[in-house]
Amino acid sequence: MADLGIAGVALALFGGAIRASTPFLFVSLGECLTELSGRINLGLEGTLVCGAMSAYGAALLSGSPWLGVLAAALVGALLGALHAGLCSLARVNDIAVGIALMVLGTGLAFFFGKPLIQPRAPMLPALPLCPGCHFAPLRAALDINPLFLIGVALAFVLHWGLANTRPGLVLRTAGDSGAAARAMGYAPLLVRLWATMAGGALAGIGGAFLSLYYPGSWNEGLSSGQGLIAVALVIFARWRPLACLFASLLFGAAGALGPALQSIGVHQGTYLFNAAPYALTLAIMIATASPRGALAGAPAELAVTR
Amino acid sequence: MSLGPSLSRRTLLGMSGGLAAGAFVSSRRARAASALEIGFLYVGARDDYGYNQAHAEGAAAVKAMPGVKVLEEERIPETIDVVKSMDSMIELDDAALLFPTSFGYYNPFVLQEARKYPKVQFRHCGGLWTEKDPKNAGSYFGYIDECQYLSGIVAGHVSKSKKLGFVAAKPIPQVLRNINAFTLGAQRVDATITTTVIFTGDWSLPVKEAEATNALADQGIDVVTCHVDSPKVTIQTAEGRGLYTCGYHVDQAPLAPKGYLTGAEWNWATVYRGFVADRQAGKPLANFVRGGLREGIVKTSPYGAMVPAAARAQADAVKAKLVAGDYVIFKGPVADNTGKEVIAAGVDHGQTDLWLEKMDWLAAGVIGKT
Repeated sequence: MADLGIAGVALALFGGAIRASTPFLFVSLGECLTELSGRINLGLEGTLVCGAMSAYGAALLSGSPWLGVLAAALVGALLGALHAGLCSLARVNDIAVGIALMVLGTGLAFFFGKPLIQPRAPMLPALPLCPGCHFAPLRAALDINPLFLIGVALAFVLHWGLANTRPGLVLRTAGDSGAAARAMGYAPLLVRLWATMAGGALAGIGGAFLSLYYPGSWNEGLSSGQGLIAVALVIFARWRPLACLFASLLFGAAGALGPALQSIGVHQGTYLFNAAPYALTLAIMIATASPRGALAGAPAELAVTR
Repeated sequence: MSLGPSLSRRTLLGMSGGLAAGAFVSSRRARAASALEIGFLYVGARDDYGYNQAHAEGAAAVKAMPGVKVLEEERIPETIDVVKSMDSMIELDDAALLFPTSFGYYNPFVLQEARKYPKVQFRHCGGLWTEKDPKNAGSYFGYIDECQYLSGIVAGHVSKSKKLGFVAAKPIPQVLRNINAFTLGAQRVDATITTTVIFTGDWSLPVKEAEATNALADQGIDVVTCHVDSPKVTIQTAEGRGLYTCGYHVDQAPLAPKGYLTGAEWNWATVYRGFVADRQAGKPLANFVRGGLREGIVKTSPYGAMVPAAARAQADAVKAKLVAGDYVIFKGPVADNTGKEVIAAGVDHGQTDLWLEKMDWLAAGVIGKT
């Protein structure tokens, strides 16, 4: 086989963007919905891990990976409902509840996931987009999981739906002004309940991708903070679903950078390249921070002073 | 008032508990004295297809011995948490022999506990005990590079691209020794073989391990092995990409029926049963236990069906010599991958040579940097 060299790095970044971006994509789209309704759910890291565990367990017991995805979505929605329910009470801070849920979700997942570390669950299938490619690395990079395609489609659907449909308008109204939503005849708490449940379900599906496709096994180090990064992604995607898609692809690729450079023999700054996703988060946050006023595009109900 | 460092919260609790329920505590202690209580502490899950599972299999062998009670605790971070776990095994369960199995537990946590509880024996996995450390502590380790060398021979026969891959956690001596042994084994078959190393940066990073395996596959590498806590992700990803694999820690053949060639496995049962038997017989425990194939502390996975006869024959011949104790893996001349000679011609570094436990170089033919 030909020595790929630098072209191999480009290919690895491309492949990495597709392989590793899906959890970021689902969690950030979910968080985008939740935040647009006027609530922050920081607990999505816990939801992601819990979703990964439930998906693995359900797939193992039922023999069907798609039932696993469904179970992850249900568990995610339940955790979302718990968050929304608690936050509906007077004087409850959504950020604190989110942090508590993060710990709860990971703890539950570790507890119930104990017997799931060793067994092998059925995996989600890959769609070979280029089965005739003679070039193995390209063929492998183009083995795409259906969940990735669903996530991409969802980003476009949300982009359109938030701007052009009544539920989209209601969601944004509840996020920008609870009073206005009430004046329109919608209960903001109910809107936020649905939005948080939908966000939790999407994060759960992101977890299912981790345990049932890539890397494709359940263990306790599976997420290593991807749910948290995805929440940060939403802020610099400025609450726009399509921007969430591009940010997720960028982060998937950034994660592939360190291993890819080492594979062609570039060993300078290994640790720096391995830290690329985190450094990138910081860099983009700094670059987009504004010294004056609130972030453009931020739902007004998210403001600390309202 | 501040409590001195020697008077911990647990000691205080134990004292007040003793006042309140002295009769109960003393009867429990008397009962516990009949069986030897042994504690195993793991850094991860016990069934991880890897490092911790290898130790748990050893603990299971101890459980089968008469007159012992085995305590196990999983997922203990390499922080002050391990001190709390050791304290509770000693104070609450009267453990007399502890095996804190993870490398990072030793300094300062095991040393600190060994000074605090001079009657309790601590044996730590790794090569860290020295004469200066407490006599009730000790370390044990296996020469698993012997098995990596044999894996390398098999990989060298099977590889068509003559490019091997190694997914490694951190550039510490044990890991470097495995990488070098694997490469030297393969180079016995064909001197032009190279091994590309990718360091992920930590012991358990599933997504990064999967990315590393994919990156190796993209470069045309066709045999992959690893040194991380759980090889499950690497082996499964490599199997998915159609690569051959050599396992590590325990047998991963069930994870990769098409590509699993062989693997380097621990056989901790030998070490643990030895320590426990000595303790039961009232003999002093050794502070420094080492061994390889010859002592039965490491073993190789059975060959996969795809391993050709020539590879089996050569690996078996070398294995027989290693078992007999007359084979040297690190035999001069050996150059590192910057071109510097690290072992001069005519110099042999046998397995027991402590120089090997300070390894900080990668052999010629390894693409990577420590």
